[in-house]
Amino acid sequence: MGKKILIADDEPNIVVSLEFLMKQKGYEVRVVNDGEAALAAVGDFGPDLILLDVMMPRVSGYDVCQKIRENPAWQGIRIIMLSAKGRDIEVTRGMAVGADAYVTKPFSTKDLIDKVRTMLGE
Amino acid sequence: MLHTWVIIPVSLAYLGVLFAIAYWGDQRADRGRSIIANPYIYSLSLGVYATAWTFYGSVGRAAADGVGFLPIYLGPTLMMALWWLVIRKIIRISKANRITSLADFISSRYGKSALLAGLVTIIAVIGVVPYIALQLKAISHSFTILAQYPDVVLPAQRVAPPVQADTAFWLALVLATFTILFGTRHLDASERHEGLVAAIAFESLVKLVAFLAVGVFVTWGIYHGLPDIFERAAAHAKLAPLLAPLGGPAGSYASWAWLTVLSMLAIMFLPRQFQIAVVENVNENHLGKAIWLFPLYMLAMNLFVVPVAFGGVLHFSGAGVDPDTFVLTLPMAEKQEALALLVFLGGLSAATGMVIVETIALSTMVCNDLVMPVLLRMKSMRLAERRNLTGLLLGIRRGAIVAVVLLGYLYFRLAGEAYALVAIGLISFAAVAQFAPATIGGIYWKGATRAGALAGLAAGFVVWLHTLLLPSFAKSGWLPIGYLQDGPFGIALLRPYALFGLEGLNDITHAMLWSMVANIGCYVAVSVLSRQSVAEQTQAARFVDVFRRTGGALDAHPWKGTASLPDLKALLARFLGPERAEAAVIDYAGRRGYGSPDDVPADAGLVHFAETELAGAIGGASARIMVASTVHEDALSVDEVRTMLDEASQVIAYSHELTQKSQALIAATNELRAANERLQELDRLKDDFISTVTHELRTPLTSIRAFSEILHDNPELDAAEREKFLTIVIQESERLTRLINQVLDLAKLESGRAEWQVARIDLKAVIEDSIVTTGQLFRARNVALESRLPADLPFVHADRDRVVQVLINLLSNAAKFVLADAGHVVVALSRRPGALRVDVIDNGPGIAAADQQVIFEKFRQAGDTMTEKPRGTGLGLPISRQIIEHLGGRLWVTSRPGKGATFSFELPVADAAAVAAAAATHRT
Repeated sequence: MGKKILIADDEPNIVVSLEFLMKQKGYEVRVVNDGEAALAAVGDFGPDLILLDVMMPRVSGYDVCQKIRENPAWQGIRIIMLSAKGRDIEVTRGMAVGADAYVTKPFSTKDLIDKVRTMLGE
Repeated sequence: MLHTWVIIPVSLAYLGVLFAIAYWGDQRADRGRSIIANPYIYSLSLGVYATAWTFYGSVGRAAADGVGFLPIYLGPTLMMALWWLVIRKIIRISKANRITSLADFISSRYGKSALLAGLVTIIAVIGVVPYIALQLKAISHSFTILAQYPDVVLPAQRVAPPVQADTAFWLALVLATFTILFGTRHLDASERHEGLVAAIAFESLVKLVAFLAVGVFVTWGIYHGLPDIFERAAAHAKLAPLLAPLGGPAGSYASWAWLTVLSMLAIMFLPRQFQIAVVENVNENHLGKAIWLFPLYMLAMNLFVVPVAFGGVLHFSGAGVDPDTFVLTLPMAEKQEALALLVFLGGLSAATGMVIVETIALSTMVCNDLVMPVLLRMKSMRLAERRNLTGLLLGIRRGAIVAVVLLGYLYFRLAGEAYALVAIGLISFAAVAQFAPATIGGIYWKGATRAGALAGLAAGFVVWLHTLLLPSFAKSGWLPIGYLQDGPFGIALLRPYALFGLEGLNDITHAMLWSMVANIGCYVAVSVLSRQSVAEQTQAARFVDVFRRTGGALDAHPWKGTASLPDLKALLARFLGPERAEAAVIDYAGRRGYGSPDDVPADAGLVHFAETELAGAIGGASARIMVASTVHEDALSVDEVRTMLDEASQVIAYSHELTQKSQALIAATNELRAANERLQELDRLKDDFISTVTHELRTPLTSIRAFSEILHDNPELDAAEREKFLTIVIQESERLTRLINQVLDLAKLESGRAEWQVARIDLKAVIEDSIVTTGQLFRARNVALESRLPADLPFVHADRDRVVQVLINLLSNAAKFVLADAGHVVVALSRRPGALRVDVIDNGPGIAAADQQVIFEKFRQAGDTMTEKPRGTGLGLPISRQIIEHLGGRLWVTSRPGKGATFSFELPVADAAAVAAAAATHRT
């Protein structure tokens, strides 16, 4: 039984690449394009890991992350933040709201896959 | 019944109260708790201006002239407005130089000239003695009238009682005694008399209350209010003409104006006014309140003048009662015993106040500026050998007081009957007005010389003698009346009331005109022609620049010679008494920072100090003589003084320069701080911009890298997928390129380094080109593009390529945001005043009002940007707006959500734009 991964990003081409990579590794994938949809999907899709973009319309990645961490039922969900913003302050903020890792764009696909696997305990 | 045995005790009791107040005031002053150190007492004491002349005389004048009495009180009111400038300066100068009288002031200004001081004193005494006589006359008359109560019987004219039975004589003696007691109690270096001022302020209150009481009684007690009096007056044959405006009995406008000027000068230069306003002033800030309080007092004092005058004429119609006595005779005729007595006291207070202060002022002048200089020069007096002269000084003062009061009495006996009260007062006013040019010129014009002041004063005084005083003698019968009618020695041209043939003016206007012409003319002409001595130059600067002086190093005393401290101390002791001299020297040593008075060097500063101290006691001119006789002085050459002054002015210039430099430094610091803040703000904006640009660059790069790696790692991908991924890589590369180009473009536009090829262009052709260029975009999404481009429109002045850039941006935005297949876009060109307008109208989703500004900001896109299409860079609209604005036009959007959007811009037509565009080209 494959683990579930939620991809939350508003950049269509990046979503296409992430979806391809995760499906290729055998994960079950759901794609959302903004923060609101991401929170909704956490409830009904029940992902093991979220690839969460920071700069999203409506609700930002930071806020999504914080909301997830506020819910005790969702403590097990691993969160990898993805962002084109790579300043220290932004990385620190991402970790502070409860992300498990912070990956700056552009990223190495191999590193990202390794990180996902490690986090899912494979 | 009001017998003399009632009036005399009441009067004496009133004087007793004055004694008590003055005594109390002096006691308080000695204990350092001044009762006069407040602006209200100061303002009230200025009320010494209102004498018996005001109290009785203005009603007399109003009965004869209507509002003709008013200028005498309008003048001071106007002058008060100038006081803050003029009197404040005079007070400051007087305090700094220990000046104690008007004569001292004028002589000090012109190099401490003893001659000038003497001349001023003589003019003041001759000018003011008639005025004192007037007060004595007023009191003795009112006493005689009141003693007849309840019959209104005027004293018989020209039958004077023997001196020992004359109330005026005894009154004169009582006043002289009072003045001696409180005016010369001790020799005060500052010549201030606190108790006396308190008593004068009290007298001002008494006379005001008395006059208001009569006014109220006549207006509402005898008649039925003001309307009643004025109605009756209008119906009265003698009074009706008085209600006419100026030009009638009240005198011409010219005489009104001259009387106003005359009393403006009198309020400043009457010796008693100078004494109260300047010498007795405790704190120059009191002026601030006096400026409005004193005019208020004058107003209250004049409120009932006309009602009482009219009431009197109506009441005594034809009964031969002198209008000058109405204030007293009206209450008497109505059997108001108490009120009549109060009026008498009011008149008494008005007269005594004036006589006392005037006499003190004159006695100071006579002693310091007339008697002392003569005594000091008389070797036979051996004054220089007497150890203590304070007793002598006090003796001279006291003698001068008695002499002045008795002079007044003498004048009253000899000439007082010939003239109405007002006429005598005005003659005095005209005399003291002669001090105005030398004083006011002296404090504002450094070039005025001693010779000029002497010439002006002498000329003005001679004209005054000839046109006012001698005619008054002629009218009294002491001079042949031919002097008046045919001129002196029968020279018609010199007739006193028609000098040089000038006729048609009243005597006062005529005299003022000629005396002022002579006075100012001689003063200015001789000042310009003569040279100042060293002492004059020093004093001129000290007076004119009094507000600029701050003491200390800048207060240079041009003096050279040898002096010794014991000599100077002995000199001070002789005039001030040993204790006061010792105290003064200790005080001086303390201020100069020497521990013991014996350490004080006998330099120019000490000599100046001694002279100033002495000036307070014996006047500036006498002090100069005494100091010169005590120390050995070397004559200063003009060159030496110039060197001293040059050094002082160099120090001033240097410190001025320093002040300017430090101000410039503060200004520069502020500018730098502001510039730094601006730079920091710009730096922050640049940081934000770079952060945003980086983010925008990383996004396409992310896709490119991800798909390149996927394609690299998965050679087994099928052709369709491979094709799809490669297309994305190409699209994102194009996006990256576009972004880089636009960022560079925007940077160039914003820094003003962009190249502009501005020319006359046909906007219609440009739009058609842009439509062709973007045609593929519209066809690909099946969006209709309609153009409405009228022909025969004027050219615009613009850069063709840049306008194409804007149009492509607007058209491709429209193509992107409308719905595929259902989209409809219109490009319309139209004419506006002085401009052409382009509208790009779409039927897309529209833009919310909140976003309509946001879309013109860099990297900002409206609403949900998640579309199927490659996203814009977020720079297109900001760049377009920059371009249009640079070309002298404007770019804006109108839209309602759901109703599509219209992007519009205007460009000026070629003719109108030629100038602006040329300037723009020049700039770039």
